[in-house]
Amino acid sequence: MAKKNKYFKASWSYDPAPESTDHIQLQKKYDLYIDGKFIKPENGKYFETINPTNDEIIAKVALAEKEDVDKAVKAARNAFKSWSKIEPKERGKYIYRIARLIQERSREFAVIESLDGGKPIRESRDIDIPLAANHFFYYAGWADKLEYAFPNRNPKPLGVTGQIIPWNFPLLMAAWKLAPALATGNTVVLKPAETTPLTALKLAEIIRDTGLPKGVVNIITGAGKTGANIVNHPDIDKISFTGSTAVGKYIQKTVAGTHKKITLELGGKSANIIFEDAAIDQAVEGIIDAIFFNQGHVCCAGSRLFIQESVADTVIQKLKDRMETLIVGDPLDKNTDIGAINSKRQLIIIENYIKIGLNEGGEIFQTDCKLPSKGNWCAPTLFLNLSQSHTIVQEEIFGPVLAIQTFRTIQEVIEKANNTPYGLAAGVWTQNGAKLFHLSQKLKAGVIWGNTFNKFDATSPFGGYKESGFGREGGLHGLKPYVKFE
Amino acid sequence: MIKDSSKVPTYDTLGVIERVNRFSKRSIKNSSKIAGLKLALSMIDLTTLEGNDTKGKVEQLCYKAMHPHDALQGLPTVAAICVYPSMVSIAKNALQGSKINVASVATAFPSGQSDLKIKLADTKFAVDQGADEIDMVISRGKFLSGDYQYVYDEIIAVKEACGKAHLKVILETGELETLDNVRKASEIAIQAGADFIKTSTGKIQPAATLPVTYVMLDTIKDHYIKTGKMIGMKPAGGISNSKTAFQYLIMLNEVLGEKWMNSKYFRFGASSLANDILMQLVKFETGFYQSANYFSKD
Repeated sequence: MAKKNKYFKASWSYDPAPESTDHIQLQKKYDLYIDGKFIKPENGKYFETINPTNDEIIAKVALAEKEDVDKAVKAARNAFKSWSKIEPKERGKYIYRIARLIQERSREFAVIESLDGGKPIRESRDIDIPLAANHFFYYAGWADKLEYAFPNRNPKPLGVTGQIIPWNFPLLMAAWKLAPALATGNTVVLKPAETTPLTALKLAEIIRDTGLPKGVVNIITGAGKTGANIVNHPDIDKISFTGSTAVGKYIQKTVAGTHKKITLELGGKSANIIFEDAAIDQAVEGIIDAIFFNQGHVCCAGSRLFIQESVADTVIQKLKDRMETLIVGDPLDKNTDIGAINSKRQLIIIENYIKIGLNEGGEIFQTDCKLPSKGNWCAPTLFLNLSQSHTIVQEEIFGPVLAIQTFRTIQEVIEKANNTPYGLAAGVWTQNGAKLFHLSQKLKAGVIWGNTFNKFDATSPFGGYKESGFGREGGLHGLKPYVKFE
Repeated sequence: MIKDSSKVPTYDTLGVIERVNRFSKRSIKNSSKIAGLKLALSMIDLTTLEGNDTKGKVEQLCYKAMHPHDALQGLPTVAAICVYPSMVSIAKNALQGSKINVASVATAFPSGQSDLKIKLADTKFAVDQGADEIDMVISRGKFLSGDYQYVYDEIIAVKEACGKAHLKVILETGELETLDNVRKASEIAIQAGADFIKTSTGKIQPAATLPVTYVMLDTIKDHYIKTGKMIGMKPAGGISNSKTAFQYLIMLNEVLGEKWMNSKYFRFGASSLANDILMQLVKFETGFYQSANYFSKD
């Protein structure tokens, strides 16, 4: 372990301040939401969704197999006939209604999101849930204005869309996919990730309560096999997937030669670049936000840090100091900065990468926080003494592990930052505006943040270059993958 | 002294605001809340800086300082009384036998628009009257016109005039406007020998804010890393309830940590904060919020 700096140790420890769970309503068992109602899966199989902080079972969730996927697609196809024809402003009204109901029940959604996925309540309360509502509000506004979004091109919906979403931002990703699909007149079969299905199922309840015509949105649960059944279904017109690059490649191969359109939002190994003329203290904060937000389970996480050599020592020292003040623990505690790792499986992946980093000669630093004995936890970690050829610099870890390198010149850092198969996001920290704009043109990434990181907005498109995927979500650009032009 | 002002660290305002907002989102409960309230009370510089201050007013304030709320057992006293130089001897007498310091503003407070000789005389007068701490103001006009050397030399001269009295240097951040200026002024003050740096006179809005205080704490931190010397911090003005005070304490806790969590290195310049803290403490004791009329207004 590296030497730790205790100069600035906090002495005032805060008593636990857990968000109450009294107000949430969860069933012991959830069925599939198909054609406007919850129905049992054909084969009667259920799987468990686990609280990652204590390995306890929260609920049992239906496992959709081929027959169920078929049923859902049929319902969506049937609903498409009328849903694609109703007055666009009526579509908008339904979407507004979904947005308002999410807002009204935001507290319940936040608690369930943290319970099921392990993310700190501060994030689910202040980021995930409000952003999800915003997404619906934003796209509700587009529903009756599509001819202005695509002037003189007569945009038409595609048909039935299959949407497969990841476990890192369960409700938000559902919103990213559902809102533009509905606004453009498509119908949906959506599958949340198997470790975090609960908020999507709560969303199904909300959708039912809005009176949305039956079959327009179908939410079915299951693991990879269920997803494969969606991807392979012949009567689906579009696949929209957010998740790992490996699965993305599989999907692209599978749909090759079919009529299906796809958009993929995949992995990343995003560069976060600190220049010597940056506001160093805020840059340090930005590094923390970039890699430790949501335990690093963020596709655009700033997992590769590049620091200009002249300020490297200062930045690293400040970063270590700051890391020591991060509170790791109960996701439902309002003071928690870093929650639990989403699943045992992911924890094993992360721990394996840490091992690889050590074996390849990286210098590790981990904070001195006490981790709970039960559940899935990983202390905030950084690695020094790395080069471009280290595995942990090249591969996506999807956890709170930061790989640090230094650089000397602008040219060098552009080359290194682009030297990756990914291209999702990048961050640039400098008080020099010209430098910032220069880099924003040279970096091959879908999102470039200037003097900030991991900021999202419904009005702003998001998506990747290279193996980070294609198609954009959010903003005007997010409508395009859901329409065809006649 | 700042040799090259381009070497002074710079701040991104939005980033600082984002950071301090995080401090405001901490949730402090139960015993950690009681500990925090008592700590905040012990850090108060109970202040009256009015043209109409009289012997009677100052004596009443001093009594309050020593007996914040006798109905509650085990309360700390405040750290100091802060008054104009003409009130120092009155306060000193009234506080006899207590450990409460007398702080006096000086150097043509609040504007600082006078000659150095007069400022030094002002300081010496306050010290001769028995002030334990001097709260000086910097010459903001000189600072903004780029004459950092003048500001620096002036602080050194006042520090010398203070003798044994502690020197707090008021930057009047509301007139400096940018966070980069706050950083520069903080560095000048610290290098010239300030024992404390202080945000505001309380006569200019905005007075103390979280972003400004954050930048000053960050300067203190960097100075400590470089030299091992601890400088104190005093936000003043506008901190009128315990909720706000807690945001400052949480920031202090997470930026500078345990060594600074005491009245030797952190003060609140405030007048109405004390009663709000007392009200919260009584609530913990009794389970009820009492009417503000139960707390003495001195």
